Amino acid sequence: MDELILEVNNLKTYFFLASGVAKAVDGVSFQLHKGETLGVVGESGSGKSVMSKCVIRLLEKVGRIVEGEIKFEGRDVLSFSEKELMAYRGQDVSMIFQDPMTSLDPVFRVGDQMMENLRIHRGLDKAEARKVAIEALRSVGIPNPEARFEAYPFELSGGMCQRVIIAMALCCNAKVIVADEPTTALDVTVQAQVLRLLKNLQKETGMALMLITHNLGVVWDMCDRVMVMYAGKIVEMASVKDLYGSPMHPYTWGLLDSMPSLSTERKTALKTIAGTPPDLRLTGKCCNFYNRCPYAQTICTECVPELKELAPGHLVACHRQNGVERLEREEGSDRG
Amino acid sequence: MQKVILKRLLQLIPTLLVVITFTFAATRLIPGDPVAAMLGEQYDATKVDALREELGLNDPIPVQFGHYLVDILHGDFGDSYYFNTSAMNMIKARLPNTLMLSVTSLCIAILVGVFFGVISARRQSSILDYALTVISLFGVSAPVFWVAIMMVLLFSVNLGWLPSFGMVTIAQGGFVEFLRHIALPCACLAVIPMGTFMRITRSSMIDSLGSDSVRALRARGVSEKSIVWKHALKNALPPILTVVGMQFAGCFAGAVLTENIFSWPGMGTMISSAIDNRDYSLIQATVLVVALAFVIINLITDILYMVINPKVAIDAENGGM
Amino acid sequence: MEEKVLNGSISKEAQAAMIRKERTANNAWHKFCRNKSAVVGLIIISLMILMGVLAPVLSPHDPNQINVLQTYLPPFSEGHILGTDDLGRDLLSRLLYGARMSIVVAIGATVLGGVVGILLGLISGYAGGVVDAVIMRIMDGMFAFPFILLSILLVTILGSGVFNVILAIGIGNVPRFARVVRSKVMVTKNEEFCNAERILGASSLRIMFSHILPNTVSEVVVYATLCVGSAIISEASLSFLGLGILIPTPSWGNILRGGRGCLTTAPHIATISGLLIFIAVIGFNLVGDGIRDVMDPKMKK
Repeated sequence: MDELILEVNNLKTYFFLASGVAKAVDGVSFQLHKGETLGVVGESGSGKSVMSKCVIRLLEKVGRIVEGEIKFEGRDVLSFSEKELMAYRGQDVSMIFQDPMTSLDPVFRVGDQMMENLRIHRGLDKAEARKVAIEALRSVGIPNPEARFEAYPFELSGGMCQRVIIAMALCCNAKVIVADEPTTALDVTVQAQVLRLLKNLQKETGMALMLITHNLGVVWDMCDRVMVMYAGKIVEMASVKDLYGSPMHPYTWGLLDSMPSLSTERKTALKTIAGTPPDLRLTGKCCNFYNRCPYAQTICTECVPELKELAPGHLVACHRQNGVERLEREEGSDRG
Repeated sequence: MQKVILKRLLQLIPTLLVVITFTFAATRLIPGDPVAAMLGEQYDATKVDALREELGLNDPIPVQFGHYLVDILHGDFGDSYYFNTSAMNMIKARLPNTLMLSVTSLCIAILVGVFFGVISARRQSSILDYALTVISLFGVSAPVFWVAIMMVLLFSVNLGWLPSFGMVTIAQGGFVEFLRHIALPCACLAVIPMGTFMRITRSSMIDSLGSDSVRALRARGVSEKSIVWKHALKNALPPILTVVGMQFAGCFAGAVLTENIFSWPGMGTMISSAIDNRDYSLIQATVLVVALAFVIINLITDILYMVINPKVAIDAENGGM
Repeated sequence: MEEKVLNGSISKEAQAAMIRKERTANNAWHKFCRNKSAVVGLIIISLMILMGVLAPVLSPHDPNQINVLQTYLPPFSEGHILGTDDLGRDLLSRLLYGARMSIVVAIGATVLGGVVGILLGLISGYAGGVVDAVIMRIMDGMFAFPFILLSILLVTILGSGVFNVILAIGIGNVPRFARVVRSKVMVTKNEEFCNAERILGASSLRIMFSHILPNTVSEVVVYATLCVGSAIISEASLSFLGLGILIPTPSWGNILRGGRGCLTTAPHIATISGLLIFIAVIGFNLVGDGIRDVMDPKMKK
């Protein structure tokens, strides 16, 4: 069993709005080990992005972590001082955002920003930093790194910007990379390249990767374990094999069913989960999924289902699945 | 980009013509007889006709306009009745003083305004922010001539710290005296622009600090100080720079109203005297000169902006104005 | 699958209720009232308007009544709460009537400039071509003059007095209104025109007016509010220079002018009259900002 590098316990992050309190993250716990890739899946509004930002404590002003614990290598992240936090961000844990073009400061050159990073985190002088930076650019597969070093961000393509960001994480020896939809804004071919790059770097450096995405295909390719989030809570968590092979939560079934595969008949309508996610100001009192769940019963409207280990390494939060009679999944298109 | 510059230059001509026509119409629309005003005490019926002929007031209007244009091209903007010299001479004598005052005030306003605007944005919604926002609101709302009077009342009359009139050049009285005399007028003129700069800097910085790139910088562990003063500020500059140009015109307007209060020998006092003495010719000459100057200055600023930032020129080509 | 109607905390009804609550909380008036400074501004403006409207009722004396025996009385004197000016006239009464003058001029000038400016902007934006070019060149020409100098020039031609001052300031306001409206029209024209082409050509004009005007309203309203504030200062400036409203008609500007002459002997005249101008402009700026925040928090100046 690999070493535990990141641990999150019962994290609750609420947004305090004029019209109420939105429970964006409502009691989320998970563990991340060295060298492991953890996938986080869910719709928009499931809380996956907010949770990933909490790991580096990067929240908007209206948001606050009200409860819970985040431990990095055993140290309590939530009680870090300003100085410790700045050393932690970008060095111990690096975050990659969805839009690579806006992740770099548009009025400074790429090279200057990389050197700034190196100066802050590794204390290198200008000449050293320049060497290291150009090497890092080369190792993420950017052709002619010396020229790119002098360029402004708007002169680079989206894929190249994303590589630059990854290079920055690399040369600061990041132990964990949190990637929030890192390829959504890129072309399909570039997506594959960037993901492959991340995978290779992971093998070389042994870093852990937390990959947030709504793309189940990417999860299958890249991740060891997956957690499915809905309305601020985890509804199912398992290894990738178990999740795709024997999913247990009705929401997961809905997600997997909605993915068209090569074997789907051409003229069949795409399956969707009826309804829309609930208003986060109202959630948390019962199962958040009951109004879209075909199997819901009275108990689902009364109390919150707890996340229970229903098979080795496979956690599910569902009253019905936890009960006497297990539900059987209907025949649908399976991802082999 | 050459195309856009050429377009702007061509647009310049009709604008200048409009300005000149407007002022010309003004000169011919004053109630009363300009000749009578000119002769003043020496009014004599016999001299009236002769003077009229000399001034070309009997010619048809288009011819008069033609003369007017030609005169302007030669730099002759008319004469001042009151000061008994050409308008150009008066302006040449007074302009440097006003410029010195305006430019100094503007510089102070920019430095102080931008600095506090950044602080205000960084500590948004704190007590300091509210206090600074209130101060900037007072700044932009204050009638500049009232502020001038209050300052004179406080610092000169009551406290006796600073002199309230006159200008002293460094050559005349040394640096300290120069500072003492320019302090009040400068402080006074700087009030409104400072308030404006505080507000525009604050709002631009808030946008900048909330942007995705700042969020990404934070995620990389860049210090807050560096984020605010290096990254966010540089990104926030464009709207602030736009305002600088507008404020220069505002400073000039402020000078017109306050120079008189401080007996500062500039364009403002000149205009005040001209108004008091109904010296319409000088007023119109001054207004024309200032307007023409601003049109040309705006054009140069626009062109410079395009040279520095080619993207603006491309937008202008596509947008069209 | 059976259709069970279950009631829990995230039921359809609960969600609809939440949306309704959010809508009312976020409608324009509530948003405005939540902004405390905007409300303060509204109170200031209302007080000023009340002062002006009720001036004849509230004034203890005739503002033009001269009393040479009681010149330069300080505030809190017998019978004159704010004192008297150089001719023994009651300051409070003159200031109340001055408020009336400021409101009349400021609103008049804004309405005049606004109506003409909006019309020109609509015509210019909609017609395009030569008409647009001509109108815009004239507007550019007017923009070249610093506002105060333009007002001075116009007053020298037109003469002093209330109506002329309204005219002078109003004309100065026309270019800005015209420009704001014109740019909105051009933006909307390009958006709607594609759709409008599919609809009968005859109704495209109506579409323009039913789409453009609502879009323009928010920016125009914000600008108009700020314009009234600036018109108050313009009128005060002109009167202060001796050009606008002439004595004996009271205006805050010419009272301030008078006060300047006796700064050492009767500082209260200049202080109080200028303070009123200051507070009034603050009020309009606060309301203008408040409206801007309500209409579109992203709208820049």
